[in-house]
Amino acid sequence: MTEHEIFEHDVLVIGAGGAGLRAAIEASATGLRVGLVCKSMLGKAHTVMAEGGVAAALANVDDRDNWRVHFSDTMRGGQYINNWRMAEIHAKEAPERVRELEAWGAVFDRTKDGKILQRNFGGHKYPRLAHVGDRTGLEMIRTLQDHGIHQGIDVHMEVTVVLLLKDGNRVSGAVAYDRERGRFRVFHSKAVVLATGGIGRAFEITSNSWEYTGDGHSLAYHAGADLIDMEFIQFHPTGMVWPPSVRGILVTEGVRGEGGILQNSEGKRFMFEDIPDNYKDQTAAGPEEGWRYVLGDKEANRPPELLTRDHVARCIVREIKEGRGSPHGGVFLDIAWIKEKMKNAKDHIKKKLPSMYHQFKQLADIDITKEPMEVGPTTHYVMGGVRVDGDTQMSTVPGLFACGESGAGINGANRLGGNSLSDLLVLGKRAGEYAAKYASENGETSINNEEVEAAKLEALAPFDRQCDCSDGTYQIQYALQKSMQSQVGIVRKGDEMEKALEDIADLKQKAATVGVIGNREYNPGWHTALDLKSLLTVSEAVALSAIERKESRGAQFREDYQDKSEEWAKYNNVVRRGPDGSMQIERIPIPEMPQELQDIIKEMG
Amino acid sequence: MAETNFKIWRGDADGGDFQEYSTEVTEGMVVLDAVHQIQAESANDLACRWNCKAGKCGSCSAEVNGVPKLMCMTRLNDLPLDQGVNIQPMKTFPVIKDLTCDVSWNYRVKKRIKPFKPRKPDNEDGTWNINQDDIDRVQEFRKCIECFLCQDVCHVLREHQLHEEFIGPRALVYTAALEMHPLDTEDRLEDLKKADGIGYCNITKCCTHVCPEEITITDNAIIPLKERVVDRFYDPLVRLFNKLFGS
Repeated sequence: MTEHEIFEHDVLVIGAGGAGLRAAIEASATGLRVGLVCKSMLGKAHTVMAEGGVAAALANVDDRDNWRVHFSDTMRGGQYINNWRMAEIHAKEAPERVRELEAWGAVFDRTKDGKILQRNFGGHKYPRLAHVGDRTGLEMIRTLQDHGIHQGIDVHMEVTVVLLLKDGNRVSGAVAYDRERGRFRVFHSKAVVLATGGIGRAFEITSNSWEYTGDGHSLAYHAGADLIDMEFIQFHPTGMVWPPSVRGILVTEGVRGEGGILQNSEGKRFMFEDIPDNYKDQTAAGPEEGWRYVLGDKEANRPPELLTRDHVARCIVREIKEGRGSPHGGVFLDIAWIKEKMKNAKDHIKKKLPSMYHQFKQLADIDITKEPMEVGPTTHYVMGGVRVDGDTQMSTVPGLFACGESGAGINGANRLGGNSLSDLLVLGKRAGEYAAKYASENGETSINNEEVEAAKLEALAPFDRQCDCSDGTYQIQYALQKSMQSQVGIVRKGDEMEKALEDIADLKQKAATVGVIGNREYNPGWHTALDLKSLLTVSEAVALSAIERKESRGAQFREDYQDKSEEWAKYNNVVRRGPDGSMQIERIPIPEMPQELQDIIKEMG
Repeated sequence: MAETNFKIWRGDADGGDFQEYSTEVTEGMVVLDAVHQIQAESANDLACRWNCKAGKCGSCSAEVNGVPKLMCMTRLNDLPLDQGVNIQPMKTFPVIKDLTCDVSWNYRVKKRIKPFKPRKPDNEDGTWNINQDDIDRVQEFRKCIECFLCQDVCHVLREHQLHEEFIGPRALVYTAALEMHPLDTEDRLEDLKKADGIGYCNITKCCTHVCPEEITITDNAIIPLKERVVDRFYDPLVRLFNKLFGS
């Protein structure tokens, strides 16, 4: 029997990006014992990659903004299949959560009168994104980290959870291993908050790092919780495309917010040619009006480059497919052109987009103040995730909560840029608050030692198998990424996705018999082998849900069902583990929106 | 491009050595790409940290041909590839395995520094008014991605191993960000002088040279802090005043 160490917490938070940190801070404020598990080191989670800003209707730049406009923008962006309660809470509470960060030391860029500055972003009617140049995520995670380390939270760095434990229906803890020595840890707790982020590693081209293998999604699923909206994956329109080794790395939407334009190889601003009906009233009639919007003219509508991400990504794919792409298979994103409009354009770009300037200069030998970037879509964010209650963030498993990217509902079929940084604050806080409440109101749990031992044996099994380094765990991951990218990507077809499901079944067999070399000490081959289970689980959930939804809506575009269907407007897809262990899918009706919220949407047009 | 030789340090706290690997280098690749390629092709258990792969998270710090670097931002075509590429873990911290080392000391040091303590809000809604000019300076320090390359190169830590007496450039940049934060009211000068050992820094600027975020660590963060400490503790008039009126 392999040994393990036991840790006692009232609330265990799994994941230490913005959402997990915010949840842990809130839960620990009640005086409970809180454990925070980070898959990497503290402060390295993907929140650091968020660039553009955090959406909150502070109305510092445009006083017409308020929570009702933000709510309506979020619902429109999500094509109205969002959890309206979450969207409402998010819009109402985001300003307070942003101001709170300032009280904890965050230093946002300022307006001339000394308030928090806000910038334009796709799908937001007014300038709404509080920001720090193009490194807002770093500012936020560092603020939460630096505040959080003084709150008495027990931080477990470089620890990966492999199983959630249950006591009857309730969640009672988790089994994990530490990367450094490969030793097992058993966490015993009364409540668990999942904040594990996304699933980008299921795709070949992604802005996500090695961590984003859908662990929280998979842990929840195997613990019997429902997943919702898994068909909706956000392909961010602008990732780097060249050189090959940086393909997929994010280029912030802030470039377009500051006036960047998209052009094809013929020099045409193609976004003007395809504006969806429900955004016609809000979109500039021509380049001149678009530029006035960038400058803050309240009479002007926003340029079409700032349409929602799902739409912009599809337009880019169309340009490339029809032969009007850039030399390395993208399109051109040009911010340098603003020098025609302003004197100090070079300094302005460097001030507003410093890390983009740095990133292109260093990795692609491109000076973005002088020449256009080449960009194309990259897998960025999953709208789907653990199905939770709109007020409390609790999943369908008692005591199990989820927030941030691993929770779902607020974004519907497409997320607006900037809404994830605000959602992780608002809903992360709520998850921590209600997890603490649950832990206080419910008694002790017990852990099932047989389950713990079985999980440890399963985790160690790859060491007992033969391994060929050049045909092992990494190659299984690559094969899955290729399959998902080409068959369950931006443009989908039923038969291709069925093929992807076959691939997944085949890869599951391979993953079950894959071996690893070396020992348990900091062994990435072993870690990758264990992550495969999560990756394969979430990939199956994505493909199954995407096949089921026979329409095109938001981030899901089906070549075989190109139109939006009125029928599908009424449902979300839910995936759960059936009694026989197979994955089952069910459509569930969207609850009717209260009259007050319906009126807001009507009023906003 | 072509097959290139890499010498990567493999081992753990008990010792280790450079091992040779060969992999195909293609256009635009960075050092981290080569490490990943080697890991997938022939050394699945090669330990290294990374996350964002875009110079924003500060995880993949290592020494490339002896120079502290982020592997994700070091282009291979900037290195003399015909001589092979040497990659080893940061020297200042204890090795865990291969390219990973134990940087937990940095986290402990940071926790010791007195946290942010804002003045009372300026407005009734709990907000403050701050001019952009007043935060430009702090924003430079807040760019820090905590890669700890400055700690790695600092000779007080690297050569003299004075980890108990000196908090190092990263922690001084953090302190500077707090001390120069327009809302902060905490006083950290005594800590800087005593527990933090700011006097150990003799301004060789090695930290500034390796900073991937191009923070002017020595000139903008450390020297102003040193000046504040000097003004407080060594200014003869102030000392006299303190002696007489007991501060």
